[in-house]
Parts: sequence; structure tokens; C-alpha cells
Amino acid sequence: MKLRSDARAHRHPAWWAFALHRLSGLALAVFLPLHFWALGRALHGNAALDGFLRFADRPLFKFAEWGLVVLLALHMTGGVRLLLIEFGPWSGLRKNWIAAAAGAAALAGLAFALALVV
Amino acid sequence: MSATTSAAEIAAATGGGSAAAVAQARRWYWQRISAMVLAVCVLVHLVVIVYAVRGGLSADEILGRTRGNWGFAAFYAVFVVASAVHVPVGIANIAREWGGLGEGAAAWLGRAFALLLLVMGLRAVVAVVT
Repeated sequence: MKLRSDARAHRHPAWWAFALHRLSGLALAVFLPLHFWALGRALHGNAALDGFLRFADRPLFKFAEWGLVVLLALHMTGGVRLLLIEFGPWSGLRKNWIAAAAGAAALAGLAFALALVV
Repeated sequence: MSATTSAAEIAAATGGGSAAAVAQARRWYWQRISAMVLAVCVLVHLVVIVYAVRGGLSADEILGRTRGNWGFAAFYAVFVVASAVHVPVGIANIAREWGGLGEGAAAWLGRAFALLLLVMGLRAVVAVVT
């Protein structure tokens, strides 16, 4: 049996939660090797890591970092929703938890943005 | 296939009882187990990120906190291992469902990504702790 989803399924909040979870996961997966490479600069001393940090200290990078923090928080809270649906005593799609996950991601984004400017 | 599909549903959808179905159910299981570890790691990491970026990032500041800090090393080593288990399952699923890759090719892509994350991640932990 092949599982298919059509346009009606795509209008459902749970489909968007699934799509966002997958896309945020993909973005984080692509970012991870770059993150590890950047931290690995420290093998060549403090100056090597500092060189990269100075290079990354520009608005475009800060915006990308902010986006990654939001995606990380979104992926985590969306993932916790899935774990609660699959392993918890609840059933159904828990659409109110989709809103809670989005709210938690927004909170993390605000905290990061605030930490950047103080 | 939705992300909320259960192992039993996966087994039923893929022909129940076949080696491929068992492998897929096993991947589903490890993705969830690693997710439980990662949920805690990510929560801690988000707090560390927000704390660390205050006043800007500098190598001296970061490495001053991490060098010789074995608690930090243990935490981030667990984080890396859990990521190396979790991420490749998702990568293989996306490659198969959205990228049109076959079962075997997707599995090998996942294994390669697991190795990449494990080696690069542990190297990064060593870099900031030693």
C-alpha cells in the first residue's frame, strides 16, 4: 500500500506541522557539519576560532543564526508534540500543541534576539 | 507518510514482517529514543546559546568556559552521539520520500551522514575542551 496525501491533507494544520518539522530538521542537518567545522577551528588555537567568529560577526550571519535558533526550538517543541502523541496517554493530532510549539519557538527567537542586542 | 505513523502502521504499510519493514520500524524506534535525549540536550543548548551570545562571541570567552571542562565535554559528546543517531534517519526518510532514492541508497546516505556527524561532532568537542 502506498500512502498518499492530497491537497485536502495539505490544508490541515497537522500537515503544516509535519512539513515544518521536516524542513527545519533538514536545515539543521545541513547546518550541523558547518557548525562542527567552525568549532573545530579551535584545534588551531584561539586566534583561528576568533578569525571565524569575526568573519561571522555581520548582520546576515546574525540573522541566519537567529533563524537557526528559531528552527531548533521549533523542531524540538514539534518533536516533543510527536513524542507525546506517540508515547503519551493522549490521542489525536493535538492541534493546540502545534500552537504551543510555535509559541515556544517564538519565545526562543525573542530571547536570542534580546541577548544579541544587550 | 506522516511523521506520526506508528511502527505497526509502518510494518503493515510496507508488507508486514519483511526485513525492510523490520529495519524501518527499528529506525523509527531509534529516531524516537534519540529524540528523547535530544529534547533535553536542545533545551540546555538553547539556554547556553542565549547566555553565550550576550555581549558578542569571542574565542577567549568561549574557550575559557570549555577548556578542561569535562562535564561540558560529556554533555556535548552525548549531544553529538544522539544527533548522529537521530539526524541520519530523517535524512534517509527525506531522500526516499522526497528525493526518489531507493531503500538501499537512502540507507547508505544515512550511514554516511551518521559517520560525518559523529567524526566532525566529536572532533569539535575535542577542539573546544582540550
